[in-house]
Amino acid sequence: MWEYTDKVKELYTNPKNVGEISDADVVVEVGSIVCGDALTLYLKLDGDIIVDAKFKTFGCGSAIASSSALTEMIKGKTIEEASMITNKDIVDFLGGLPDQKMHCSVMGQEALEKAIKKIKGETIEDEHEDEGAVICQCFGVTENVIRRVIRENNLTTVEDVTNYTKAGGACGSCIPKIEDILKEELASVVAQPAATTMKPMSNIKRMQLVEETIHNVIRPVLMRDGGDIDLVDIEGKKVYVALRGHCAHCVVSDVTMKNLVEDTLKEFVENDIEVIEVK
Amino acid sequence: MHNTIIYLDNNATTMVAPEVLEAMLPFFTRRYGNPSSMHDFGGDVEHDVEKARNQVARMLGAEYDYEIVFTSGATESDNMAILGTLQYYRDKKHIITTKVEHPAVLNLCRQLEREGYSVTYVPVDREGNLDVDFLFDSVSDDTAIVSVMYANNETGVLFPVETIGAFCKQRGITFHIDAVQAIGKIPVDVNALQCDLLAISGHKFHAPKGIGVLYVRRGTRLRPLLYGGHQEKARRPGTHNVPGIVGIGTAADLVMKHLSNSEEVANVKRLRDRLENGLLSQLSNAHLNGNKNKRVDNTTNVGFEFIEGEAILLYLNEKGIAASSGSACSSGSLEPSHVLRAMGVPFTSAHGSIRFSLSRYTTEDEIQYTLQVMPEVVNRLLAISPYWDARNKKGKSMTQLAH
Ligand SMILES: Cc1ncc(COP(=O)(O)O)c(C=O)c1O
Repeated sequence: MWEYTDKVKELYTNPKNVGEISDADVVVEVGSIVCGDALTLYLKLDGDIIVDAKFKTFGCGSAIASSSALTEMIKGKTIEEASMITNKDIVDFLGGLPDQKMHCSVMGQEALEKAIKKIKGETIEDEHEDEGAVICQCFGVTENVIRRVIRENNLTTVEDVTNYTKAGGACGSCIPKIEDILKEELASVVAQPAATTMKPMSNIKRMQLVEETIHNVIRPVLMRDGGDIDLVDIEGKKVYVALRGHCAHCVVSDVTMKNLVEDTLKEFVENDIEVIEVK
Repeated sequence: MHNTIIYLDNNATTMVAPEVLEAMLPFFTRRYGNPSSMHDFGGDVEHDVEKARNQVARMLGAEYDYEIVFTSGATESDNMAILGTLQYYRDKKHIITTKVEHPAVLNLCRQLEREGYSVTYVPVDREGNLDVDFLFDSVSDDTAIVSVMYANNETGVLFPVETIGAFCKQRGITFHIDAVQAIGKIPVDVNALQCDLLAISGHKFHAPKGIGVLYVRRGTRLRPLLYGGHQEKARRPGTHNVPGIVGIGTAADLVMKHLSNSEEVANVKRLRDRLENGLLSQLSNAHLNGNKNKRVDNTTNVGFEFIEGEAILLYLNEKGIAASSGSACSSGSLEPSHVLRAMGVPFTSAHGSIRFSLSRYTTEDEIQYTLQVMPEVVNRLLAISPYWDARNKKGKSMTQLAH
């Protein structure tokens, strides 16, 4: 059972602004019945003010609540003001959403974004091209959407990305690509302070980074294959870890896992980190 | 109005029968001895454990009481059956199962694939019927075990386990049945089924959670999953869960009583059919998932097109009705259930499928009330759905959808 906030419950039980606007100025659709959620958003404008907003949604309780929240939030706002709204604002309005339901808030933001583009007369015919390549074929999620959501919500794992965009949640074949994107995005975040402060890294800082990297980057990868990692100790640049392979009988896993851990730590923390496996 | 819950989710778990609870209580209080102890205080309890073993053996038609091994539930029983067999036949690396098994079998098989085993997942057709010929054709000298469920937990559809049993016996291949969803609903007889192993779970037939059984036919080659004491002839060590064992024994008696009461059995089917027919006739977007005739009597799985299952459940929950869904959202995954996908149920209704599962305790009033509430719930959600054309009272055509 999901832990829905009272606000979410209130809004899926009695959603506001359900319906169509017959003389709407803009109508946009996002999602699809195949994907399991879809939203049609209707806007009525007066000048650049959104005077009315209505929706129809196919989806679960949090999709209905997110749609209701979105329409409530944009009514009476100017286009400019509305364009500042992110999926995080929708989540805040709802008092929070379960992790696995974050994609419902992203769907709301996507509809709004698409509507504003339409109002501004930007062509959205080649939307996939200008949004970058489609990474997740199952749910039609583009690279730009993934990057934006990673940045705006400080996502760190593939699981996060799936929760927010659904990408990788079906056949899983795009997970390596998502990993690459995440690595790039995370590297740009982590690299910044490292690049500006050229001083040698303090022990505390190093420990923090090692811990963060293991938790956010390495563990999710290992866990996907049924493995896991425990950080045992850090001594200077020596990192002691215990690795659990995906199966006790596999000999290959040891070497590859250790290399993976060491390479990743070298990349994210420091070039001369040494990983020592404790059995 | 309804301050008690209307529980139509009996394939997920069931209420502990009052007789079962009563039988268990002394073993929490006065009679807490360990059946393995060398004193009467414990030793007497062993008689109760053995009585329960006999009750379960009779329910399953087992020839010998010692063919009944008590476990912590069907997940353990399924794992023990498959892993225990593979551990014995170490040179055989092939497993046959179905695409629609419970995760207790399916996820174990996925893991075994990673460890180098090959697994054949036998498909089902649009009505959820198993492709038995496919299964027969998949067997090779390398096949260690065939594991097939008796009744599917989501649709209730029954598989021809008797035919598969005869085939496996003739080929000398170990045959395991996950009979969790059959017990209490139809007679289960291990001799008619000719299975070597069979798993059941107490909490699906009015015993408590955390107690299960693996039936192990005499002479079946099986290594234990756990190592420890001598309990269960060292096949399943660990101090006996005495209250659970006494509970599952009593529940087995009640199953036999229920199944021999044809009126009571017919009543479950009548109520299920009433609910199902009511929904299908009142709601134009409703479709039955699964073979209408070859299934257990307590289950119906109905897909509601153009609306989403979790939302239906949340609205039902508000009205005090508990059911379950194969929709993506309700499970926390992003795709509809593997069972509905294996059946090829179109996504337009797979996302909106609801399983109602009754028990012998379900009443006429409860079904009546559910039939009142469901149209209201479905219509409220259709009014919100972008795929529903309210004016013409039908779904939007696919070209409209493609937009
Ligand atoms: C067909 C089937 N097999 C196995 C199980 C697992 O049983 P248990 O909950 O006792 O581990 C279930 C219960 O959900 C089931 O329906």
